[in-house]
Amino acid sequence: MKLTVNGAEHSVDVEPEMPLLWVLRDELGITGPKYGCGIAQCGACTVHIDGMAVRSCSVEVGAVDGEVTTIEGLGTPESLHAVQAAWIEHQVAQCGYCQSGQIMAAASFLEMNSEPTDEDIDAAMSANLCRCGTYPRIRAAVKTAAAKLNGA
Amino acid sequence: MGCLKTIGRRAFLVGSAAVVGGVAFGFYLYKKPVENPLLADLDAGEAALTPYVKIDAEGVTLITPRADKGQGAYSVQAAMIAEELDVELDQIRVDPGVPSPAYWNRALADEAVPFAATDQGAIATAARGTVGAVMKVMGMQVTGGSSTVADGYEKLRIAGAVARETLKAAAAQKTGVDVARLRTQGGAVILPDDTEIPYQDLATEASQIKPVAEVSLRQPEQWRLIGKPMLRVDTVAKSTGTLDYGIDAKLDGMVHAAVVLNPRQGGALDSFDASAAQDMRGVKKIVPVTGGVGVIADNTWRAFQAAAAVECDWGPAVFAPEMADHWAALEQAFETDPDSQGRDDGDVSNALGDAPLTAEYRAPYLAHAPLEPINAVVLVSEGRVDVWTGTQVPRFTQNNVAAIAGVEPDQVHVHGQMMGGSFGHRLEDEVARRCTELAMEMKGIPVKLTFSREQDFGHDYLRPAAIARMRGAVSEGRVKTLDLAVSAPSVLASQMAERQGLAMPGPDSSISQALWDQPYGIENYRITAHRAQNMAPVSSWRSVGASQNAFFHEGFLSELITAAGGDQLEQRIALCTDDVSRRVLQTVGEMSEWGRDLGPDRGRGVAFCMSFGTPVAEVVEVTNTPDGIRIDNVFVATDVGRVIDPVNFENLVQGGVVFGLGHAMNCEITIADGGIEQTNFHEYEGLRMYQCPRITVQSLEHNSHIRGIGEPPVPPAAPALASAIFDATGVRLREMPFNKFVDFV
Repeated sequence: MKLTVNGAEHSVDVEPEMPLLWVLRDELGITGPKYGCGIAQCGACTVHIDGMAVRSCSVEVGAVDGEVTTIEGLGTPESLHAVQAAWIEHQVAQCGYCQSGQIMAAASFLEMNSEPTDEDIDAAMSANLCRCGTYPRIRAAVKTAAAKLNGA
Repeated sequence: MGCLKTIGRRAFLVGSAAVVGGVAFGFYLYKKPVENPLLADLDAGEAALTPYVKIDAEGVTLITPRADKGQGAYSVQAAMIAEELDVELDQIRVDPGVPSPAYWNRALADEAVPFAATDQGAIATAARGTVGAVMKVMGMQVTGGSSTVADGYEKLRIAGAVARETLKAAAAQKTGVDVARLRTQGGAVILPDDTEIPYQDLATEASQIKPVAEVSLRQPEQWRLIGKPMLRVDTVAKSTGTLDYGIDAKLDGMVHAAVVLNPRQGGALDSFDASAAQDMRGVKKIVPVTGGVGVIADNTWRAFQAAAAVECDWGPAVFAPEMADHWAALEQAFETDPDSQGRDDGDVSNALGDAPLTAEYRAPYLAHAPLEPINAVVLVSEGRVDVWTGTQVPRFTQNNVAAIAGVEPDQVHVHGQMMGGSFGHRLEDEVARRCTELAMEMKGIPVKLTFSREQDFGHDYLRPAAIARMRGAVSEGRVKTLDLAVSAPSVLASQMAERQGLAMPGPDSSISQALWDQPYGIENYRITAHRAQNMAPVSSWRSVGASQNAFFHEGFLSELITAAGGDQLEQRIALCTDDVSRRVLQTVGEMSEWGRDLGPDRGRGVAFCMSFGTPVAEVVEVTNTPDGIRIDNVFVATDVGRVIDPVNFENLVQGGVVFGLGHAMNCEITIADGGIEQTNFHEYEGLRMYQCPRITVQSLEHNSHIRGIGEPPVPPAAPALASAIFDATGVRLREMPFNKFVDFV
C-alpha cells in the first residue's frame, strides 16, 4: 500500500491492521514517533494525519487516509517549527522521550486554537504523559509558541 | 545522534590519566593513576593521556561516563570539563566512553557508609575514604545516588585543565613561543599575535609530550560556564525528533524481538506451544529464554503479536503470591531482630509515658515505568559481543552478558545509549541478558529486544512496599519524643546480591535511609529498621528508601507538631541541628510567605528531607474544591553547594516534585497470583498537566559539599501534600496512594 510521510510517498508491504507507529518505525526507519504504551495512553507516538494529531500506536495503517507528518517533517534543527523553537527556548526536555509527541500535539492544538487560555492548554496537553515532569516548561513553551505563531 | 558518534581508530587523545586529586596550595597533584581505557584503541603515534578528553581531526570529544537518563548528565559532565578546557558546548561532541574501572564513582561511597551527610568528623571522613577506595578497586562505574556532579566536580575540571595545559605546552613546542605567553579560548591555543591554533591541529604534538603534571583550577569568579544558564547538548535533538535512543538503534540486518515472561515474576517456564505463533507473518524464530519465551521477527509489532500467541505453562510463584501476604510479611518483620538501629538518643522508652501518640503509615510498591520501555540490541560475533543499551551499570552488564555468551568480559563491548527515563530501572540489566540469550540463537545478526509496555510493568523490580510504626510524645508545646520503626524488604539484597552477585553483608542502609540521619535534635529519638522477607524483588527507585521514609517521618512529625499546638515550619526550624538545612527551611518559608492568610478552603503543608546529602524543604498549597483537592503551588528550597546549570537544575527540581506528587496521589503496584497486576499507564497514571501546580524553585549555595539534585526533590513532596490536605480538610493521610481516601481535581 501507499503511504505519504513528510511529503514523500512510500510503498509498504504490511498487514493493514499493523499500527501506523510500527510501519513508521520498523518499516520506514522514521523513529521520531516513540513507542510508550501501545494503547493511546501516553501520546509519545503522536503524529499528524492531514494536520490532525493522532496516536499512531492506535491507528491501523490501512485506515490512514491522508498525509502523515511526523516530528521530523514538522521542522528540522536547521529549520525549526515555531513550537520546536519554543521547546528549545524553554529547554523543556529532560529525557525527551515524550517530547516528539508533546510537540506534535501542541502544534496541532495551536492550529485549531491560536489564542489558548491556560485552561485550554492544560486540557489539550493533559493527554500526553511526561514521566520526567516537564509540565511547567511545556506550559510556558506552548504560550511562547502561540505568541510566535500569532506574530507577536 | 551526531554528538554520540563512536570515535574511530584514527582518534588522537590528549590529556592526563590522573583521577585522584590532592589539594596543595591550590594545586592538584597526581597520585596513582588508573588505567586509561582509551589506550586500547590507539595506532602508532597516537597517545591517550586522560580518560576524559579525546581530540581527532573532527574536533574535541568529551567522555561523559555517567549515563544520561534525561537528567542532563552528559551536559553537566561536559560543562565541567569544558570550563577548564576552554571549549564551548556547541564545539564538542560527547561520548559515554567504554565500560572501564577508570570511571569508578567515588561519591557513591558517601551513601554507603553509616554516617550522616552532616557528619564531617574524622571517623566519618575516614570511612568514606576507605569505602571510596574499595569502590575504586572494584571499578564501580555506576550512575546513581545523585552522585554525578559530586563525583565529577573536581576530577572533570582537573581533566579539562590538564588537557588545556598539555595543549599549551604542545603549542609552545611547535611555535617556540614561551608557554606563559599562550592563552586558550574557544577550542584553540592563542598566540601573542592572536593567531589561533585549533586544538585538533595540536593533537599530534600533544600526544608526544609528557602531560602537564600540575594544574591549578580556576576560581568560581573566573568561570564562563558553571553557574550560568546553558543550552544542554541534547536539547535541539530532543526537540526535533533527531535524537536516537536505544530503542531507535538501527543496524544493518537487524531483527526485532519480543518476550513473554512468566506473569508470576521470576517464575519458570514449564512448557510452551508455539505452533500458532511460528506461522505468523515475519516470525523467524521462537526460543525459550530464562523465565519465558522469546520471539524473533522482522518487525517489533509482529514480534509482539506472535509472543501473545505463544501458549505457555508457567511455573508457580516464587514469592508470596497475594498482596495481603506482602503486608503480612512487613508486619511480621517488626517481630524480628532489627536490621539496624541507626539512632537512639535520650531515653525513648521512659519519655513515651503511658499514653503516647501512635500511628501506622504505609507505602505501596511502585514501578519505575520510564516512558521508553526497556530495550537492548545485542550482536554476537566470533569472539566478540556488542551490546547497545541504555545502562547505569555498564560494567555489570559487561560481566553478565559475558557469562551468558560464554566469553570473557573484555570481549563484550557495551555501547551506552541515551535513555528515555530510568528512575532506577536502568540500574537493572535484565533486558540485556534476555536479549543476549536471543542473540546467541542468531549469531552474526543484531537482535533488538523491546519489552512491550505490559512486559515492562509486569517484570519491573519495584520500589519497596513498607510500613512504619511510630510513637511520640509532646509537652510544653514541643515535640519531645519520636520513636519510629520501619519495615521494608532489602534493596541491596535483591538488587545487588541476588541479581548482581555482589556480597552485601551487614545492615541495608536503604531501609532506614533518610530516617536516622535527619538533622533534627529531638530529645528522645529512636530509629529502628526491620528487614522483611519473602517479598517481591525490589530495586532502587528515584530517591530509594527516602521516597517512602520521608513520608513516614515527616508525616508523623507533622502529627506531633499538631498535637503540640505548634507551627509546622517554626517547629522544624527549632528542631533543626544543621545550619545549611535550617537556612533551607527558612528560605522556603520566605518564598511561600508562610503564615499569610490563604483564604477559605485552602491549606498548606511543609516537609523537609535530607537525602544523598542534599537538604530539600517543600511547601505545598492546596484548595479543597467541591470536586476534590487541587494542588495550587509548590515552593522548593534546597542547597547543593554549587549549581552547575541553573536551567537544568530548575527543570530537575520541578520534575522531582511532579514525580513525588504524582506517585503519592494515584500510583501503586499490587501483587496477585505471584505477579504484578498493573499492566499499563491507565492503571498507573502519575500526574498529568491539568493537575500540575506552579512550582517555584530556589537554590542556596551555602553547603560546603557539592551535592546532586536528581533524587532529593522527590521525598518531601508526598508528606508536604499530606500535610496541606490535613490543613485544608482535617483528613490525615497515612497511606499512599492518597486517592484511596481523597479525590484530586
